[in-house]
Amino acid sequence: MAKEQDDILNEVTEGEYKYGFVSDVETEMIGKGLNESVIRLISQKKEEPEWLLEFRLKAYRHWLTMKMPTWAKLEIPPINYQDIVYYAAPKQEAKKSWDEVDPELKATFDKLGIPLDEQKVLSGVAVDAVMDSVSVKTTFKETLAERGVIFCSFSEAVKTHPDLIKRYLGSVVPYSDNFFAALNSAVFSDGSFVYIPKGVRCPMELSTYFRINAANTGQFERTLIVAEEESYVSYLEGCTAPQRDENQLHAAIVEIVIEKNAEVKYSTVQNWYPGDKNGKGGIYNFVTKRGICKGENAKLIWAQVETGSAITWKYPSTILKGDGSVSEFYSVAVTNNYQQADTGTKMIHIGNNTRSRIVSKGISAGFSSNSYRGKVKVVKSCQGARNFSQCDSLLLGDKCGAHTFPYLEVANPTAQVEHEATTSKIGEDQIFYCNQRGISTEDAIGLIIKGYAGDVINKMPMEFAVEAQKLLQISLAGSVG
Amino acid sequence: MKGLLKIKNLHASIDGKEILKGIDLEVNAGEIHAIMGPNGAGKSTLSAVLTGRECFEVTEGEVWFEGKNLLELPAEDRAREGIFLSFQYPVEIPGVSTVNFLKTAVNEQRKYRGLPPYPASEFLKMIREKMELVSIDSRLLNRSLNEGFSGGEKKKNEIFQMAVLEPKLAILDETDSGLDIDALRIVASGVNKLKRPDNSTIVITHYQRLLDYIVPDVVHVLYDGRIVKTAGKELVAELEKHGYDWIKEEVNSAK
Repeated sequence: MAKEQDDILNEVTEGEYKYGFVSDVETEMIGKGLNESVIRLISQKKEEPEWLLEFRLKAYRHWLTMKMPTWAKLEIPPINYQDIVYYAAPKQEAKKSWDEVDPELKATFDKLGIPLDEQKVLSGVAVDAVMDSVSVKTTFKETLAERGVIFCSFSEAVKTHPDLIKRYLGSVVPYSDNFFAALNSAVFSDGSFVYIPKGVRCPMELSTYFRINAANTGQFERTLIVAEEESYVSYLEGCTAPQRDENQLHAAIVEIVIEKNAEVKYSTVQNWYPGDKNGKGGIYNFVTKRGICKGENAKLIWAQVETGSAITWKYPSTILKGDGSVSEFYSVAVTNNYQQADTGTKMIHIGNNTRSRIVSKGISAGFSSNSYRGKVKVVKSCQGARNFSQCDSLLLGDKCGAHTFPYLEVANPTAQVEHEATTSKIGEDQIFYCNQRGISTEDAIGLIIKGYAGDVINKMPMEFAVEAQKLLQISLAGSVG
Repeated sequence: MKGLLKIKNLHASIDGKEILKGIDLEVNAGEIHAIMGPNGAGKSTLSAVLTGRECFEVTEGEVWFEGKNLLELPAEDRAREGIFLSFQYPVEIPGVSTVNFLKTAVNEQRKYRGLPPYPASEFLKMIREKMELVSIDSRLLNRSLNEGFSGGEKKKNEIFQMAVLEPKLAILDETDSGLDIDALRIVASGVNKLKRPDNSTIVITHYQRLLDYIVPDVVHVLYDGRIVKTAGKELVAELEKHGYDWIKEEVNSAK
């Protein structure tokens, strides 16, 4: 019986990665390797002010003193940081009109289903497209500017809003935070900047789409979101990369600042190339994401669907500083074949009566390893904190692993902290039951996964929920067992 | 139409052990057949083999359904051809409501028959009608499929699914097990209401009590992988009175 189950699993999890193509875009690259002159070169190419170069150099010097963390349940092959290209940019003449942009570049985003032509765009979503190290195009900038919303590439923001960048850069994730944060701070190339002024409800979803295209390069982007008092924004990031035999490094930083009564919803659909069926190639995804609920009743919601990357190391976290502030974390992480994921969240309760909720759903198939690692911390002075965590694991087949590492640090007795965890398998029984009603095995798995991950998918912005659901099914296509 | 289902000399085994040792059975449209027998006779194996459960290996014999070679079809196609199994142990699918589950199933079956998907409003109308037919609570149908359902609710839900899918052949596998008398009555009355001249039912059971409510046209006794006795509904009472031992003796002395 076990054998048949394996066969079914194999069938279902053999889906192919659909974004593995390479675009033939003329690319400007610097040489491989990392040293101070490379950092100066990046800074110079981006025409950065002196203070930003100083920030990078400080980060770099600090990085040199650090070691790669080894506490995650991941087997990370040695990474040669001198063998990576730290800056690659599609060649394009200084920002002319969109009509003059390299057609191949446009075609790339078309192929990915990312609309950059405002005429054709889904209404209600503004997009910033980042290819390799630079932002290619941001849509609806003017429309947003009317409401005072700033949505542009990070490099542009450095030039147009240096005061804001200077004030907030590194304020939530300092360069010294961890090994990958230090590396990113030294070499980051582009990313998105979002500023929502006081009292403004951002009129559309904001979305950044990251694409790695060039070979042998690393992608190091930064996202900075600032939501002033009483404001609201929903932001989504998506990412893909070509299919290559070599591993590529992605180390990003996301910083979010939320003032009094403001709310930010940050959604991620992570679909970096996961490597092939035998574990060859794929993106190493080391990401530091953190938000601070600075003011009273500030709210931060994380929603993520993680299906890509050979290795994922990622713990979107919230510092609940303002009294009564709230954070929620909803995650579905899928691993298949030889993918490894060690992911979760941190909720740090500082303000009184702060609340957090964690719903994590892991799905493992093939030979993969999928770990949830989460920390709930309540400081001594924090009165009346509440947390609820639910961590579920679903196994497809018997060669994969699921692990849960919850950490609780509660220093105040008024806190209420709850943790629930379950592990289940898609059974041959469930699949046969569906078959017997006329539903094919592949659709049966889709249905079961959809039911399992529904709580999280429902938290994604509507436009992306359907896509996220399809992505889950594709990632597990060929993997039921 | 005669000869909806024809089983000829069917042998099946699991892990090399033979369970069905030559079954012959013919079910015509409009008939209700009861298959009775002691535990371990192969009753549930027969329903599993007919519906295409892959862990059983058919080693010999043929099964024809409306002139189609059933054994060549995967489980989902057998269902789409109109074979329905009311499970002895219905499974739970968390996060998927019965209504959503059935919508997927109905539309898959329609696709197979070359029909477009049910328009949402018509589907819901049909669901409401069937709900009344088997008197099932709508709140149950919006909950995750079978999750947290009582034994009776699960069985009722099976009959409700049968009502929605309108099979040509329904196989009720030990539908009476675990039911109290009230639940049994409700389930049986649902089955009776769904009876039509062009569909057939096979009731698999160990006990007589379900057959007090669903009256069979033909009764078979399955023992040690073979059908050893076939008679009219009067056989049910005889089995209830004397148990299965006299049949076992008959079979063994004939050897």
